[in-house]
Amino acid sequence: MEILVCVKNVPDTGEEEIELDGNDLDYDELTYVVNEWDNYAVEEAIQIADKVGGNVTVITVGNEDADEVLRREMAMGAGNAIHLEDEAFEKSDAKGVATILKAAVDKGKYDLILTGAQADAGYGAVGGMLAAMLDYPYASLVNKIEVGSGKLTVGREIEGGNTEMNEIELPCVLSIQTGINEPRYVGIKGIKQVSGVDIPKFAASDLGLDESSVGEEGAIVKRQDYFIPEAGEGAEMLEGSDDEIIAKLIEILKANGGL
Amino acid sequence: MEPIIAPAHYSFFGIPLVLLSIAIPLVGIGLWVYIMAKRVAPLVRARNDERMDNIPQRIYMVIKIWLLQWRQPRYMMAGVLHIVIFFGFLSLALRSSLLVIIGVVPDFALPGLADDQIGGIIYNTIKDYAATFVFFACVIAAIRRGIFRPERYEVPERFGKNHNAEAVFVLMIISTLMLSESMFDASAIAAASVAHGESHFVAPGTLAWFFNNIFVGTAETAPAKLQTIHIAAYYVHDFTFFFFLCFLPLGKHFHVITSLFNVFFMRIRKGNIKPPVYGLTDEEIENLDSIGVKKLEDFTWKHILDFYTCADCGRCSDNCPAATVGRPLSPRFITIRGRDAIFKNYPLSGDILKSPEVIGGVFEADEIWSCTTCGACEEECPLGIEYIDKMVDMRRGMVDNGEVPQTLQKPLQQLSKKGNAWGKAPKKRDAWIKDFAEEGEIKVLDGETTADTLFFVDSISSYDDRMLEITKATVRILKKAGIDFGILGQNEKDSGNEVLRFGEELLYRELRNHNIEMIKQSGAKRIVTADPHAYNALKNDYPDLGIPVEHISEVVARCIKTGALRLNPVEDASKVYTYHDPCYLGRHNAVYEAPREAITAIPNLRLSEMLRSRDRSFCCSGGGLMLFYEPEEEERMGVLRVKMAAKAGANVMVTACPFCMVNMEDAIKVANMEDKMVAIDFVELIERHLV
Repeated sequence: MEILVCVKNVPDTGEEEIELDGNDLDYDELTYVVNEWDNYAVEEAIQIADKVGGNVTVITVGNEDADEVLRREMAMGAGNAIHLEDEAFEKSDAKGVATILKAAVDKGKYDLILTGAQADAGYGAVGGMLAAMLDYPYASLVNKIEVGSGKLTVGREIEGGNTEMNEIELPCVLSIQTGINEPRYVGIKGIKQVSGVDIPKFAASDLGLDESSVGEEGAIVKRQDYFIPEAGEGAEMLEGSDDEIIAKLIEILKANGGL
Repeated sequence: MEPIIAPAHYSFFGIPLVLLSIAIPLVGIGLWVYIMAKRVAPLVRARNDERMDNIPQRIYMVIKIWLLQWRQPRYMMAGVLHIVIFFGFLSLALRSSLLVIIGVVPDFALPGLADDQIGGIIYNTIKDYAATFVFFACVIAAIRRGIFRPERYEVPERFGKNHNAEAVFVLMIISTLMLSESMFDASAIAAASVAHGESHFVAPGTLAWFFNNIFVGTAETAPAKLQTIHIAAYYVHDFTFFFFLCFLPLGKHFHVITSLFNVFFMRIRKGNIKPPVYGLTDEEIENLDSIGVKKLEDFTWKHILDFYTCADCGRCSDNCPAATVGRPLSPRFITIRGRDAIFKNYPLSGDILKSPEVIGGVFEADEIWSCTTCGACEEECPLGIEYIDKMVDMRRGMVDNGEVPQTLQKPLQQLSKKGNAWGKAPKKRDAWIKDFAEEGEIKVLDGETTADTLFFVDSISSYDDRMLEITKATVRILKKAGIDFGILGQNEKDSGNEVLRFGEELLYRELRNHNIEMIKQSGAKRIVTADPHAYNALKNDYPDLGIPVEHISEVVARCIKTGALRLNPVEDASKVYTYHDPCYLGRHNAVYEAPREAITAIPNLRLSEMLRSRDRSFCCSGGGLMLFYEPEEEERMGVLRVKMAAKAGANVMVTACPFCMVNMEDAIKVANMEDKMVAIDFVELIERHLV
């Protein structure tokens, strides 16, 4: 099975104080990592390829720093990588990213395309849009994949922690939820060993894309503002014995509809 | 006619028994050589280990640990019994060998050691007492093992049945050797004394003396019986001796053969970790196809010798904090199962099998991640068996396969990207120095600004609010002592002590190489740190650093002696203090006295030692990356440790390590002992009492 996994280089905001620059983050101060959901998607793709045979290709739309993420996922076990890089791609919205990816998908032949359920921008839209553009079936928030012949059975996480199982024809697009597997560790040794691998790069012209259909120009959603919410009054500390604290906590949860 | 016919001259139904005297040793030795060759095969196929350095030190260890049985009395009852049996064996080794020859050449004696020579009389007396003591030691040991059954010999259900049967069986073999040897001699002496009225000296109270007294009566009434006993005792001894010799390499009594070698090749240096492969450069390590232990042959020959040498005494697990709190790890069963796996894969007959995956096939990943590398097991083992290097080698294998627990992956990634496991900004590493603006600037050593001493802060003490108190107290002590010091600031990265020990070899090398470069660039002539993990890494793991590294407690103790630091009387004389030895300061680096000297230099301070202190200190739960690991356990190590402090009558726990502090403060809360116990770092205690 030929599997394509779409990955993204995202800022690691976990432990750092974030600075703003206009209507966006000040990206210069940040370090980057692979988008967490994408990492689960790559692991799933590798496991499927190990089980039924096939190849895993990772693809990204991003600037030259995104190279690191592609290499990391190659060290993880992806056999090939494709880097879609062009100044014209910068500040693309979800539709723009899906358009770029679609153009790259058209240049290859893939049975299964995986994306992370969402990335740093939080739209969770690229997977669905890509499927629509390709006219492929699509399932979102996938937390289980069983491979059949010419089709898959996929589990989807739905409200309340329930799972529904669906049959889906190949080729298809799936957006992958975290927790579908336990991604393997990627050590420094693995990364160093793929550091010299040649990764093909494609710009807008290579993909036959009209520059005005992507990037800031092609975006149909435009950001107006970006702000960090004011800190609230802080946590309420419950006091008393363990039993008293538990009783108070239950009361609060009930009062606020948590139970 | 001689009063008794020697085995070499005796015939049984017309068959000269001398044939048996020749056949038993020939078959026995032949079989033994065959078994030993099979046992040596995995050692030959195993990875290289460098153990031929420091020969004088190794000889010293053999004398101390092997010959003088130095570690045995740490468990008094078992230790004394073992010492008796050990010295008995040594004394009887000559006799047993001579007996084999006597079966063919009856009058054979070594020069000066004939029965009627003074040397022979002395030796016979020694060996008679030795045999007697060994016999009684075996009886006591068998009763202990079979009836009283000390808890540490029990085998958890997941590891199979208990091993008491093998232990008692061997004690019976040894007893049989002692009894038959004594009967053989006693029957001859009794016969001679009855026939010729000869009086041979027999050491009173010995087994030989006891049998002699009985046999004299028998000789008078039925001389033939004595002849039968003499011959039977000889061949029972001869057969049992060679049976035992061949039985040794089949189980835990292999240590009788291997212990001398295992102790000679044991770990000499402490606190360091073996490289993945000896003698390779960083680049060659990077290009290895595989790092660490994945199959049995990836262990070094010394590590397989360790497996062979385990006597199953259970002391390692008895001292292992992980085993004590119910984590999946029990070091004793790492060795026993390692041995069984080797035995199974290298069968006595048939082909060598293909090795299983070590993780999953022999051990479980959770066991290997459960080790805090505290070193209690290695400190205790009377045979010099090692664990830490094996744990690290197996972790290297798992890291190389990508099999790293999810909770450790993020911290490792952060260490790679930001030089600390918490993912804090490298720019903020020295943010704390602004708090000293009023107390005088703190130098940041970048090659232009220089100082005599480098204070290596390390990650947790650079970023964690609570641990910054330790850092600040250290700074105030250094300033007070008039030491010219500075820090690396943003040029410092994590020391990597746990990165190395968690098996991420190449990440560790990156951190190490970076720090070495920065330390060299700083121009400092010595290093001081308040974090024993950093202390250990810099001192034992960083090669060619070329500058001395000290823990702050050593500096403080020295400055108190020279008068550079003076201390006020203890703030609250009603408090009782206890000192918790951090593993990486104590066991791994033998710094036990300096912190105690400094603490007790505070006038009127009452220090009460815990039962487990110094080299038997009990790990707090582990530091560095261990803080991120979520083990399966019944209880926290820290909680047990805090309870030990309370048992010692203390209400203040002094430690000297930021990670101990994290774990102790947590444990005090978990144990609901906030009104009974506080934890304080060594430097905080000293700083509070500075004049």
